[in-house]
Amino acid sequence: MKRARVAYGGAIHSAVEMEGSVKLADGRVVAEDAVVWLPPIEPRTVFALGLNYADHAAELAFTAPTEPLVFLKGPNTFIGHRGQTRRPADVTYMHYECELGVVIGRSARKVKREDAYDYVAGYTVANDYAIRDYLENYYRPNLRVKNRDTCTPIGPWLVDAADVADPMNLALHTYVNGKLVQQGTTADMIFSIPVLIEYLSSFMTLNAGDVILTGTPKGSVDTKVGDEVITEVEGIGRLVNTIVGDEV
Amino acid sequence: MSRAIIKRFGRLQTEEAWVNLGEHTLELNDRQYDINQLAFAAPIAGMIYGTQLNYKGALTALGGAVNEAPYMAAPKAPILYIKPANTIAANGARIPLPDDVPKLAMGAALGVVIGHSATRVCESEALDYVAGYTVVNDVSIPHASVYRPAIAQQARDGFCPIGPWVIERDAVADPDALGVRVFINGELRQKNTTANLIRSVTRLLVDVTDFMTLNPGDVLLVGVPEDAPLAGAGDQVRIEIDEVGWLENTVVPERDWMKEGAV
Repeated sequence: MKRARVAYGGAIHSAVEMEGSVKLADGRVVAEDAVVWLPPIEPRTVFALGLNYADHAAELAFTAPTEPLVFLKGPNTFIGHRGQTRRPADVTYMHYECELGVVIGRSARKVKREDAYDYVAGYTVANDYAIRDYLENYYRPNLRVKNRDTCTPIGPWLVDAADVADPMNLALHTYVNGKLVQQGTTADMIFSIPVLIEYLSSFMTLNAGDVILTGTPKGSVDTKVGDEVITEVEGIGRLVNTIVGDEV
Repeated sequence: MSRAIIKRFGRLQTEEAWVNLGEHTLELNDRQYDINQLAFAAPIAGMIYGTQLNYKGALTALGGAVNEAPYMAAPKAPILYIKPANTIAANGARIPLPDDVPKLAMGAALGVVIGHSATRVCESEALDYVAGYTVVNDVSIPHASVYRPAIAQQARDGFCPIGPWVIERDAVADPDALGVRVFINGELRQKNTTANLIRSVTRLLVDVTDFMTLNPGDVLLVGVPEDAPLAGAGDQVRIEIDEVGWLENTVVPERDWMKEGAV
């Protein structure tokens, strides 16, 4: 099942996908462009992977990490499908990152990789924007680069884990104004989903609703005000986002 | 007496109390308690954001390395990190020491608790967004490099004791002139002051909210002084901050900590 959170008629609803439309929990079926899409989960602890695809690591002139490079995000940064992401007027380079998001389903501590999928509730799509102008050589990737308000669109759907046969073999695509600009496959992750769950839960407790954003393949280019950016993960969803300027 | 918000152990709601820091007493519902009579829960509900290298001494401690690889320059903007929900612990809680680690660094931090949603605040109004202040132990496994987010060193369960209370903003005359002390087993091991911050509380609020919203209940840590004292299994740690209070915790082996709650 594909699940969402939407605002409609002045209220927030949980909803599911039904033949291309949105079925609210109260039974009403509405068009997908008639709702305001919210992030499909209410994030608490969100992990994001840096350089988890070897080609992206090479693109950024780093050697691939030997231990997962993980940073955390706060709830301020998340916005829903069809949302607007702000590009500050003074920056020269801001790029999208198409990512598979893994949502944890239950409390996980010291989980072995062979059991890791038992702890996954489902999957979603994220666009983990970065503003490279603000990337100092300190403490990268810093929150000023990666945790800005509106800079992490996520959704539209949370797809139940049971409906995804192999999350480690999904195509990723990014389109800017309809043009394909990034493509890859989750098969190319350096640290797989089970390895990441084993790694993180080896030293901390993961809780239901926590999210792991698994990194992005190569192909990141600058995006400008007015661009429509679509990040898509095969079988999970197609997340639409628009870049707006400071004046909005 | 200072007005404070507390959350008692086992209760779902916060409560308003009056704390007398000098007398070690607390007045709650017209009744006076010795502070040691009460069991506290962490008094906050939001996100915890830490600030890296915000003490002049912490930056100085990097020395010439600050201009060499991988750093290449001193930071231009606040360097933030998150202490996630699993790290939050109460006054009196035990801090787990991993089996393969001899000692933990005790990071004494003033926590600025946000009262109103703060986005792009200006300098003259920044403190209006503050609900109050609390004491935080930003615990970490000692690590020299700040080049990578130190998740495995800083984000472990129980690595962020906080409390015992939030002292209301106006009870603190100047958040940029507060003495900070760390005692381990009663011995003074660190002494510093928020007067040594590179970014003052006000400046930090302006610079952080320039790019991200702080929500009510969020806590912004102003930073940890250089040379954080180390504590091992069995050590009692007390962090004091002038006008805000003191936070006490004990370090225990992680395997004992994981058994807590069992009968």
